[in-house]
Amino acid sequence: MARGDLSWTDGTLDTEAGSVPRARTRLDLRDRLGAVKARWGIGRMDYSVSPGLYAVGSPGAPSPVLVSANYKLSFDGLRGVLSGRDAWILVLDTHGINVWCAAGKGTFGTDEIVRRVRGAALDRVVHDRVLVVPQLGAPGVSAHLVRQRCGFRVVYGPVRVEDLPAFLDAGMTAGPEMRQVRFCLRDRAVLIPVELVMGAKYALLPAAAILLLGGLGSDGYSLARVRATGLPGAGLILGSFLCAAILGPTLLPWLPGRAFAIKGAALGLALVGVWAILGWPGMSAPVSWLHVAAWTLIVTAMNSFVVMNFTGASTYTSLSGVLREMRFAVPAQISGAVVGIGLWLTGLFVRGGGGT
Amino acid sequence: MRYLEEVATLELDVTRCNGCGMCMRVCPHAVFRLENRRAVVADRGACMECGACARNCEPEAIRVRAGVGCAAGVLTGLLRGTGPTCDCSGKSACC
Ligand code: SF4
Ligand code: SF4
Repeated sequence: MARGDLSWTDGTLDTEAGSVPRARTRLDLRDRLGAVKARWGIGRMDYSVSPGLYAVGSPGAPSPVLVSANYKLSFDGLRGVLSGRDAWILVLDTHGINVWCAAGKGTFGTDEIVRRVRGAALDRVVHDRVLVVPQLGAPGVSAHLVRQRCGFRVVYGPVRVEDLPAFLDAGMTAGPEMRQVRFCLRDRAVLIPVELVMGAKYALLPAAAILLLGGLGSDGYSLARVRATGLPGAGLILGSFLCAAILGPTLLPWLPGRAFAIKGAALGLALVGVWAILGWPGMSAPVSWLHVAAWTLIVTAMNSFVVMNFTGASTYTSLSGVLREMRFAVPAQISGAVVGIGLWLTGLFVRGGGGT
Repeated sequence: MRYLEEVATLELDVTRCNGCGMCMRVCPHAVFRLENRRAVVADRGACMECGACARNCEPEAIRVRAGVGCAAGVLTGLLRGTGPTCDCSGKSACC
């Protein structure tokens, strides 16, 4: 079978069903750099492992079979906790997507497990016919159907891969603590880079538009006004995006409300408040009340939208809940942004040029 | 951390439940409890509608509209007319 980059293996192991690459359990500099790149969304779609069976240590017929996705971060996380152990890893083809998201899409699922178990002739490799499947894969997998279709019993492992050694040592049992997802500061913080990369388009385009439109005034277009009004306006858009994408996830539990759109709006209002207290730094004074109203609406709407989009990365929002909040939030965000931009444009003309 | 309560579409038909406990093992939010060898919904508000319980309940005692609570996915689905999708076109790092 053709396999791609195998720099993280150290040889092969012969089994009843052919030779199997052996994965190292120590992650090297290259793996770690790859992880950083993946977190920033750089070439993330290429960050995959070839599906199929792998060995860790010197596994034999009684060793456990651990099922994983072919997203290299998932796979690396797994082999990284297995040092000193003998195990098999069965990598499913999830198109380079992590276990949780792939289970939601169904690519990490019953069909693919059955296909890979057969493809690797797993019944000739191990005798215990047990598959340890990460619990977060359960939305895509029916344990009873896997058993019916290929004779292997699915045992759901812990949510977090760090708990896997303890789970294996406890005879494949997990306490309630191992079964619950968390969304602590660290979990949220690692998502910030991708939020920044993904959301940048929502910020750069409006910032560019504000920059250019800033030159408008009742006496025509002026480059001086682009500098005096457009530039700080663009800065405020970018600053407000950074605030939402960084502080939104960080402060999530402490922002008021349950709906993410409300949390974001609160963050936006706070930012406007801080800006006002600082006297609208960078903007040509005095800032007209039209522009104060405009920025309040625009920044609030934008923060609300960016933080609302963080629902997809969170580990506790339901589709019904998201639909419920979007029903009021999206119209409010759109009208806030439209009215805000209208007021801002009006302000350019009413005060006879923003730069003076 | 808790999200909107009273919205989850989770339904449990206790008369079909055989008390196998699978739903408790797969649920990432401890929504179920076992009482008198039958499952009960102990914390509906915590349900994120991942669908793991329904998919792993052999007697089909659980029903839930499974989906991903992702606003970007809902918007993408609206724009493409496909309904909520978590498929960020395969190019981006959505989740
Ligand atoms: S998985 Fe189904 S049958 Fe088993 S305890 Fe839960 S509800 Fe009952
Ligand atoms: S849908 Fe998911 S979160 Fe809701 S009860 Fe079932 S397993 Fe738990």
